[in-house]
Amino acid sequence: MTENLVNSKEARIKYLDQDKISRDFPILKRKVKGKRLVYLDSAATSQKPRQVIQKISEYYERYNANPHRGIHTLSGESTEAYEGARTRLARFLNAPANGVVFTKNCTEAINLVAYSWARRRLVAGDEILCTVMDHHSNIVPWQMVAADTGVKLRYVPVTDEGDLDLSKLDELVTGKTRLVAVTGASNVLGTITQLESLIESARAVGALVLVDGAQLVPHVPVDFKAMGADFLAIAGHKMLGPTGIGALVARPELLEEMEPFLGGGGMILDLTLEGSKWIEPPWKFEAGTPMVAEAIGLRAAVDYLEEIGMEAIRQHEKKLVNYALKEFAKIEDFHLYGELGPERHTATFSFNIGDSRGGIIHPHDVGTYFDSLGLAIRAGHHCAKPLMRRFKVVSMSRASCYLYNSESDIDKLVDAIHKARKFFTGV
Amino acid sequence: MEFEDLYQEIILDHYRKPRNICEGDDTGHICVKHENPLCGDELSLHMKMNRNDTIKDICYRARGCSISISSASIMTEAVKGLKKNEAMELIEAVRRMMHGEVVGDDLGDIEALQGVAKFPVRVKCALLAWMALKDALQSPYRQR
Repeated sequence: MTENLVNSKEARIKYLDQDKISRDFPILKRKVKGKRLVYLDSAATSQKPRQVIQKISEYYERYNANPHRGIHTLSGESTEAYEGARTRLARFLNAPANGVVFTKNCTEAINLVAYSWARRRLVAGDEILCTVMDHHSNIVPWQMVAADTGVKLRYVPVTDEGDLDLSKLDELVTGKTRLVAVTGASNVLGTITQLESLIESARAVGALVLVDGAQLVPHVPVDFKAMGADFLAIAGHKMLGPTGIGALVARPELLEEMEPFLGGGGMILDLTLEGSKWIEPPWKFEAGTPMVAEAIGLRAAVDYLEEIGMEAIRQHEKKLVNYALKEFAKIEDFHLYGELGPERHTATFSFNIGDSRGGIIHPHDVGTYFDSLGLAIRAGHHCAKPLMRRFKVVSMSRASCYLYNSESDIDKLVDAIHKARKFFTGV
Repeated sequence: MEFEDLYQEIILDHYRKPRNICEGDDTGHICVKHENPLCGDELSLHMKMNRNDTIKDICYRARGCSISISSASIMTEAVKGLKKNEAMELIEAVRRMMHGEVVGDDLGDIEALQGVAKFPVRVKCALLAWMALKDALQSPYRQR
């Protein structure tokens, strides 16, 4: 049985059909500056397969209606589709459906926990543990909580290799720690963090764990129950879904105890002029008309990802990491940030190109030059300023891959790196 | 091609061989530091004025992209020896140029910056040195 499973997985990995996949993404046919687009910015947002785009159009063309409210046919269909998306996403993550709250993005999911849980539960003297590696969206909400409540923030440092430095974890996670807020994978370094150790340490002191899954869930198979986190925040648009939809996945009993984040229609059991009673979670946290089209799009994205297989996608990306690290190592005066090898690395690469006189070619120059070659990369601080400071740079260039990228895209990237250096330095 | 408009040979030449980088000590200089927090560009400008209100000496230290470095290099070459009001007029001309206006064809290397106007996100890079100069010229502490 197990062997069959492994064999079938390997068979799928072997046949991950790169041509079919790139045909599924209409945008990849686009030309930029006269060149075929090479999209290397999936960590910012992924492209969408036509299967997702079609499902969104179908909703607007056939059954657009406000869910949960009407008794007419369309409203019923819309409700079913919206709730079906929740169930589908829950199954994808092996999470209970009543623990899945739809939000507009990952940032809102984190803020929901900051407002509905942290602000109400934590007091001066308590501590929240963040990391130097995290995206601003998993730091700023906690800094705001700290400013309002007097809670102290502490940070897990980052090693030169781009790993979370857990050597002093015993000192960082103490009896005062109430929450550990950590990314599952770095949006800059591609590092897949040591969630297991962090969650274990948090458990030992009775602290809750929030995992920022924005860069993890699109690339690595995730089992919410097995992971053991209390909260998982995700971004739909980074996993082939549309913008405007994310989710907070939580243990349902925690949602039960939490007060709503936003108040409004759709979350009321009873309302008098004196006050209101909330309906049960997850709807308690979804005031106002929800993102129906976006949820349907996200469901189609999850269908698409599972059709290919998350394990197959992971293997494909490991192959890309392996190849890229090998190719990058051949480039002189090239600084790659985060080099933990394919097992601990998503196919996201941040780098700086030396200018052969001790400095670097500014990432904004690199980005503009790459664009002229049809390569879309990101340049800047990547909403991770503490991490930029950690590596003593102001900005980095970042190339990030997904299932539609191939080794030939890495070749084009490497070629562009050489060309950029020649163009700007003249040597 | 817009790309070639941005990275003209004159720009690349100033970037590869920047002129007027500060070397000696800054005693008696007006010093201003400007930053562009968005991209991390940083420029410190050092300037000495003559008694007759002309720029006697000007140099800079910078960290930034090719546009901001070359603009600083071009700027320092262009304004050395200019009177304060002439330099202020030139700053205004460059500012208008960055907003897409055609400002004459006798500006020498400065004209190479014209292409930046087509890249709105890079306009700040080009203006960094010029805004630092404006600041320095308006500095109440300048030496006479």
